Amino acid sequence: MLEVMPTMSQTLTVNAPLTAADGELLTVKLAREHRNKQLKAVALVAPLAIFLLLTFLVPIFMLLGRSVDNPEVVTHLPATSQLIASWDRRALPSEEVFQAMARDLTAAKEAKTVPEVAKRLNMDISGFRSLIQKTARKMPLELAAGETMRDRFIQMDERWGDPDHWHVIAKNAKSWTPYYLYSSLDLRETKAGTPELAPEEERAFISIFGRTLWISFWVTVFCLLLGDPLAYWLANLPARKSNLLMILVLLPFWTSVLVRVASWIVLLQREGLINSALMNLGIIGEPLQLAFNRVGVYIAMVHILLPFVILPAYSVMKSIPPTYMRAAISLGDHPFAAFWKIYFPQTVAGVAAGALLVFIMCIGYYITPALLGSPEEQMVSYYVAFYTNVTINWGMAAALGSLLLIATMTLYGLYSKLVGANKLSLG
Amino acid sequence: MLPTYASPIERIWFWSFRIFCVLILIFLVSPLLVIVPLSFSADTFLLYPIKSFSLRWYEEFFGNGIWLTSLKNSFIVAPAATLLATTLGTLAAVGLTSSDFPGKSVLMSVLISPMVVPVVIVGVGAYLFFAPLGLSNSYFALILVHTALGVPFVVITVSATLRGFNANLIRASASLGANPITTYRRIVLPLIAPGVISGALFAFATSFDEVVVTLFLAGPEQTTLPRQMFGGIKENISPAIAAAATVLILFSIALLLTLEWLRGRAEKTRTNVA
Repeated sequence: MLEVMPTMSQTLTVNAPLTAADGELLTVKLAREHRNKQLKAVALVAPLAIFLLLTFLVPIFMLLGRSVDNPEVVTHLPATSQLIASWDRRALPSEEVFQAMARDLTAAKEAKTVPEVAKRLNMDISGFRSLIQKTARKMPLELAAGETMRDRFIQMDERWGDPDHWHVIAKNAKSWTPYYLYSSLDLRETKAGTPELAPEEERAFISIFGRTLWISFWVTVFCLLLGDPLAYWLANLPARKSNLLMILVLLPFWTSVLVRVASWIVLLQREGLINSALMNLGIIGEPLQLAFNRVGVYIAMVHILLPFVILPAYSVMKSIPPTYMRAAISLGDHPFAAFWKIYFPQTVAGVAAGALLVFIMCIGYYITPALLGSPEEQMVSYYVAFYTNVTINWGMAAALGSLLLIATMTLYGLYSKLVGANKLSLG
Repeated sequence: MLPTYASPIERIWFWSFRIFCVLILIFLVSPLLVIVPLSFSADTFLLYPIKSFSLRWYEEFFGNGIWLTSLKNSFIVAPAATLLATTLGTLAAVGLTSSDFPGKSVLMSVLISPMVVPVVIVGVGAYLFFAPLGLSNSYFALILVHTALGVPFVVITVSATLRGFNANLIRASASLGANPITTYRRIVLPLIAPGVISGALFAFATSFDEVVVTLFLAGPEQTTLPRQMFGGIKENISPAIAAAATVLILFSIALLLTLEWLRGRAEKTRTNVA
């Protein structure tokens, strides 16, 4: 009832402010009503928002934090870290730094934290691991009269007399580091603190990111090339027929990804169905290599993602009245021209949205390349898992993950802007 | 259909387009058709032709502790995650569609984001978060993360249903004397039920098919069916996988039929109301 009142106020020529039945100002009452409604809406969304904050957003922020986290040297060599900050970074550090190092290493040896420091420093200079471990084993040191800790260290191993090694310690005496992010982009930090491209033989990740985008691009293109014609055909069939055929699209969509990957292995492997069929037909003499390479990954990924193109394209195409095309043709357009000028422009937004979604999902793929690809097909996700499970290098896992996340979120932001997240539909 | 006066080129185009589309449909279903017969093979390799048939791989699947445990775990985690995701997601969808408030579209994007964030990132993040709390290798953490992954589907399907919902029905019900609870139970719920249930099915399928988070977060005791299959495919691919796959395909057929039935019902209710 209240909602009708404002329009009435335009027709009534009353100067006195309108009031509700209880004598309260109507505008105040309406504003309160509106606020209550908003509060109710927020209260309904709040449980999910809080839930996702705790189980989803906070973990992801922890991952982002890990990509710059550098705790090893600061926590396990605390005195050295503090003193080395004032080092001029040219000649060798002062005697106090060496003494602090001896104290820290003694403490670290007792606390059994030497391997962590050694592992971290070894990332910057290989061989640092053994140097730290060797030195720590000799702790605590008894100095002879007149002998300095610095002499003793250099006598133990001449690398302690090399400022470069101390430089690495100084660099890592901060609780954060760009090291992992730089490494994920094939960069390294110069002594001046600026990034430079790593030597060619040490580069790895740029090409992995490139490969990820390349594979995703082609999977998206193949999905469009196969998905759109099919969607067009289904959308223009009589409803009974198209509903029946749609089941053939939806059934694989609802089937476990692992089932499908297993089936593709059965079909594509060396002794698989496709190879034996082709050989029996005499088309090929030797089995083709179809699985555990790029071909297998493309086939399986297109198969998994194809419904994500077909379903939105189908619903867009279904909403275009067939009379438009007929009108264009009856007005003298060639059917292809009519398709290109009338039909295609109306579908382009929906189709592009589907393609963008497929691309976004693609760049995070892990299972399919892991099971159906050779090392040459592994994408960024694989290396995130690799650094987490195999080498337990959280910094690299987190840095690669963060970059992948940034790429995904940028594209998702674009998607939300173009399509609107609230317009996302599921067939 | 082609008109009788179609030119040869039009005929060729028409038929080649049709054949192309049928080939794509074959491409879509062939993997599902190929694996089912192999589960009845007596052979120890997943190879055609099948020389003799047996049910030994089903015996292996249903008789083997590892497969049964993983199936049981999947049936612990997925329903729990579905229940949580459906409850939280439906409430949120009702809130999101009922009123405008500042930051709503951003919030919506955030609520949908678990669908697009690469699962590996979710898995590693979840491990970083739950391991220090002593909750890695627990059903609890696994259920929570699977819930987060399933929530977007519920929010999307329920919001879509609610957008087609005519708010005058609530006013009509109230004006006829029903209290809000009765209105909700007898008017709102039956109308949004198809959306809620199909969201729940999506959430269930998401959890039931989830491997990556499980790889990071679950210990051997929480191994789910997809996790077990992942290990099986990676190590030695035996026909027991085909048996598991066949069970899963039957399961997805059941899910799909339920969903189609719901869709039909929803359309009927909507047209009846209109």
